[in-house]
Amino acid sequence: MGLVDRGRLPTPLTTLFNLGRSYSLWVYQWGLACCAIEMGAAFGSPRYDVMRLGVIPLPASPRQADLVVISGTVTDKMAPSVKRLYEQMPEPKYVISMGSCANCGGPYWDSYSVTKGVDQIIPVDIYVPGCPPRPEALLEGVVLLQQRIKNEDMGARWRGEGTHARVAEPVVVGGGPIE
Amino acid sequence: MTDLADRQKLSYIAAQAADARLNVELETEGMTLNIGPQHPATLGTLRIIVRLDGEQVVWAEPGLGYMHRGYEKLTEVRTFPQVTALVNRIDWLGSFANEVPFILAAEKLMEVEAPPRAQWIRTVLFELSRIANVSLFLGDLGVQLGAITPVFMAFRDREYVLNLIEGATGGRFHPNFDRIGGLKEDLPAGWITETKQVMKKLRNFCDQMEDLLFGNEIFQSRLRGIGVIPAEVAKQYGLSGPNLRASGVDWDLRRDQKIALAYDKVQFKVWTHPDGDSFARCWIRLQETREATKIVDQLLDGIPSGSVMAKVPRIIKVPEGEAWVSTENPLGEMGYYVISKGDLGPFRVKIRSASFNNISVVPWVLRGVYVPDVISILASLYFILGDIDR
Repeated sequence: MGLVDRGRLPTPLTTLFNLGRSYSLWVYQWGLACCAIEMGAAFGSPRYDVMRLGVIPLPASPRQADLVVISGTVTDKMAPSVKRLYEQMPEPKYVISMGSCANCGGPYWDSYSVTKGVDQIIPVDIYVPGCPPRPEALLEGVVLLQQRIKNEDMGARWRGEGTHARVAEPVVVGGGPIE
Repeated sequence: MTDLADRQKLSYIAAQAADARLNVELETEGMTLNIGPQHPATLGTLRIIVRLDGEQVVWAEPGLGYMHRGYEKLTEVRTFPQVTALVNRIDWLGSFANEVPFILAAEKLMEVEAPPRAQWIRTVLFELSRIANVSLFLGDLGVQLGAITPVFMAFRDREYVLNLIEGATGGRFHPNFDRIGGLKEDLPAGWITETKQVMKKLRNFCDQMEDLLFGNEIFQSRLRGIGVIPAEVAKQYGLSGPNLRASGVDWDLRRDQKIALAYDKVQFKVWTHPDGDSFARCWIRLQETREATKIVDQLLDGIPSGSVMAKVPRIIKVPEGEAWVSTENPLGEMGYYVISKGDLGPFRVKIRSASFNNISVVPWVLRGVYVPDVISILASLYFILGDIDR
């Protein structure tokens, strides 16, 4: 894998790598608030069945996970734990911010104890709006993330400046601007 | 020369001394273990700090506040109709049930009463949210004990109930459907027949759960006789709902209290269990789900016609006063103490949520249990983090 270390990868290999990465996303079991139940419905219920998209909702440790879904309200007391768990995940790692609370504070926009947006503490790849979003919306977010991973230049990411080099801008499910 | 009895006594003392010496030599340092705030088995961001001696818990304390969103302060800057959108998210599994006591308290202050049809539909949706709440508990219980199948079944059958709630209210999870003086809208056409079919499915689900989980030998040995809460202790700690009834206390606000809901029009049984252990708590919840489906069926048979909204002014100003209303929510007694100063919004709202009191018994009940039982006891106590921290 010396090519990867140097950050120069032939295109066929990149495509192959990205294909493999996008269809074996291990997502960390992590529930915060209401959205965790909808995430559970998307990941654990036979109707939505996320495994058909190649997402494996099994790891109970952040050290085995590629993707984390911030599903719900992040409070100021929880925020350090969120950051710490994110830092324990190995690179390359992806974050889906699920629900209005994690996106921007949502219905608690004027609360004294809620962090207004998880993007203040960790970088977010996909925003899923809704309060809570339907499981289909989360699945759409997963599909968008997979498209992103497929188009990613691995070398650029691994050469990346700093640990959390942002290669592409975040995406909102259903379109719309990011303020 | 000592006689035989004395010699026996001396040898007994010597054996005791040797045992004591051995115990001192083998004594281990206590260990403090953090379960949470993020743990696959904590049902949310609850942190339980336990001090262990070997594998036994000697001291336990729940660490709260990881999901504190400042509800009581936020209600002070919202108007009365806006508060329902907020309180939906306290107990997020049974959302509609959170709105009802607040709306009833506001109606009490305004001295309006919802028309009978609105009261009946409220009661139906209340029981549907109870089913949506407790059916997920039954699935989650299996996961906590290492059985994966029940959670798939729970999510499968819960979807039917969520579809019903969505069909009636427009909101799958957080309906925000209750209004001061009635409901937002009437039921859609065909909803009643569909609900009856779903109730049949839900009763079937309860039977399946009873066979699959409650008849399972491993399940019973993991839960029977574990985490026993006697009736006196349960009352002292302010437990309510199924946790209290599992300790043998026959107390149910649906039956015992006269409020503007249609519970006095239906026949239902309040289940109690004399044991007070984890199994009893789970069993009570199963029976209550089944009972709730029967309540819904009875209510739908005799639903009155008429309007669903009483005459209330367009801009709601609640007159000065104080009101306390509590109802039997899926998790236990939930109540709102609303103080109004005659403004658009409440002056102060005190929220009494069931889970906060239900987990206050955790330090008592976890003392002396083994580590694997911690998870099963917490699962059987069944709390929701939003309901604890608010």
